[in-house]
Amino acid sequence: MSFMQINDLKVYYPIRGGFFNTVVDQVTAVDGISLEFEKGKAYGLVGESGCGKSTTGKSIIGLEKITSGSIIYEGENVTDNRRGRGSSYNRDIQMIFQDAHSSLNPRKRVQDIIAEPIRNFLKLSPDEEKRRINELLAIVGMNEDAKLKYPHEFSGGQKQRIGIARAIACNPKLIIADEPVSALDLSVQAQVLNFMKDIQQEFGLSYLFISHDLGVVKHMCDHISIMYKGRFVESGSRQDIYTNPQHIYTKRLLSAIPDVNPVGREERKKERIEVESNYAANHKNYYDENGKVYDLKKLSMTHYVAMSAHEKGGI
Amino acid sequence: MSSTEQLLSINNLHTGFRIKDTYFDAVDGVSISLKKNEILAIVGESGCGKSTLATSIIGLHDHNKTRVEGEIIYKGINLAVLDEEKFNKVRGEEIGMIFQDPLSALNPLMRIGDQIEEGLAFHTKMSKEERDKRVLELLTQVGISNPTRIAKQFPHQLSGGMRQRVIIAIAISCKPNIIIADEPTTALDVTIQAQILDLLKDLQAETGSGIILITHDLGVVAEVADRVAVMYAGQIIEEAPVEELFANPLHPYTRSLFNSIPQMNSENEKLQVIRGIVPSLTNLPRTGCRFSARIPWISEKMHEENPSMHEVSPGHLVRCTCWQHFHFESEEGGIAR
Repeated sequence: MSFMQINDLKVYYPIRGGFFNTVVDQVTAVDGISLEFEKGKAYGLVGESGCGKSTTGKSIIGLEKITSGSIIYEGENVTDNRRGRGSSYNRDIQMIFQDAHSSLNPRKRVQDIIAEPIRNFLKLSPDEEKRRINELLAIVGMNEDAKLKYPHEFSGGQKQRIGIARAIACNPKLIIADEPVSALDLSVQAQVLNFMKDIQQEFGLSYLFISHDLGVVKHMCDHISIMYKGRFVESGSRQDIYTNPQHIYTKRLLSAIPDVNPVGREERKKERIEVESNYAANHKNYYDENGKVYDLKKLSMTHYVAMSAHEKGGI
Repeated sequence: MSSTEQLLSINNLHTGFRIKDTYFDAVDGVSISLKKNEILAIVGESGCGKSTLATSIIGLHDHNKTRVEGEIIYKGINLAVLDEEKFNKVRGEEIGMIFQDPLSALNPLMRIGDQIEEGLAFHTKMSKEERDKRVLELLTQVGISNPTRIAKQFPHQLSGGMRQRVIIAIAISCKPNIIIADEPTTALDVTIQAQILDLLKDLQAETGSGIILITHDLGVVAEVADRVAVMYAGQIIEEAPVEELFANPLHPYTRSLFNSIPQMNSENEKLQVIRGIVPSLTNLPRTGCRFSARIPWISEKMHEENPSMHEVSPGHLVRCTCWQHFHFESEEGGIAR
């Protein structure tokens, strides 16, 4: 059973202009997406830059205003109360940011950074708080003397782990991870990903994993949604997306990923060019006259694809 | 590789940065050569010295703060000791460079056409009309569909992929023999990345120039490179033709790196983590095998005292002898290969 549902989420940014600075137009950053979260599952959100994936994450946690749509958390509509101090939603949904460095206050010591959510949400005595901080540092595999240091004294991977420690401080149910490893080196990236998987299993966490790296998403996520211009073009289980992609945009994205194998790269290039020309030729079968993605149609229990109405299942 | 003519040969290059009156070598004894018609990839994690190597070749270092020693031989001239005025003739005309961040590499106050023209005006004796024609030609060559309009626009009006195409147009404007591409696709989306890589490959096939591709992305290497050099802590630790390196990586660092990629065809298994961290410039071990601290389960005796490159098979070179005894921490001991 899903503990959280997002229905028809829309985020529009107004474009102001004219003499009285009135709203003249709007940017449709997120244009009607629906998601459900189950306990212990990881959900991937993939797309090119500017497709609205980060806006989706930010609007779910409440850093961005929602234009319309609703978020139901444990049967309760929390759309207008996402940042409420008293609401359990604010405590149970946490976020890990892309740039670990700028997401940590440079003037605060690590212990104060990690303690912030604890002080906000849990009423712990100073002793208990200290114990909890030590516990969290142990979970993210850091030394206890890290407590008194400042963020700049750590490497990129360590900073990201401090960010994770802060996110899991109040035992959240869902963590929104916005490109958590794209700023890290390969070996450090492996470290952080392994670690995120470990705590997922240990605490039954759910993730909303926002990334443009399809390799990382495949490694981490059970369910993947591909986004384009604020809408889902395809949504399905890992197998659905990687072995049976239906939408031309998904195919294009998959064919563009470099394979870590030099053998057969000429064939891959040919295939890529073919998909690309296919994309240009059949563009109108997949997008309506305004270039908007069609509504999702159900293909199987898990697999949804955006198709026009007159093209049922016959792509 | 149709021709094996050598374009550039680097011998024992040291590039050091001054920190409190001491020079610390970020590039520490690199020797490598580039042939005509070849894409040489230099791979490594951040801080391994790969970008410093690139900027040394094209002479972008401030000599008050940097020490460049060794030989960078191009057409019989040692670029490492060339004075600024002569270097200006080489830069752009003989060696072109493509930078990582296409926005900050372009002048925000200059129109695209003027920026491409700048190099042509400096290096060639073309008339204004010829230059204008060449600019449009170049923009078409890098796959921009309406060059007359784009030439009049400013960088901020273009998308990231378009900007990178403009950068490439600038780099190839004087038909250089060598193109250095420093992480040319890191700032771009995968679909654009594929387009740019294909473009680079096509251009190279057309012009026959040599490309030095600097990247941390092994996928990119597998897609375009002919030969690969892996760098760690300022040194090249393995060098091989691309098929050979991907099929048969030998050095412990290369093998660990391959094992830490979340791959499309692997499911749910644990990723390999390399223990410890990349040593910083100031406390880099200058003797012995520099990777030994990160594979402590391999005994000291397995490393060479002064690791040098050994040719294992034609064209495949590995530093140090520890690879013969290396096994992953999770594996059983003994000789892995």
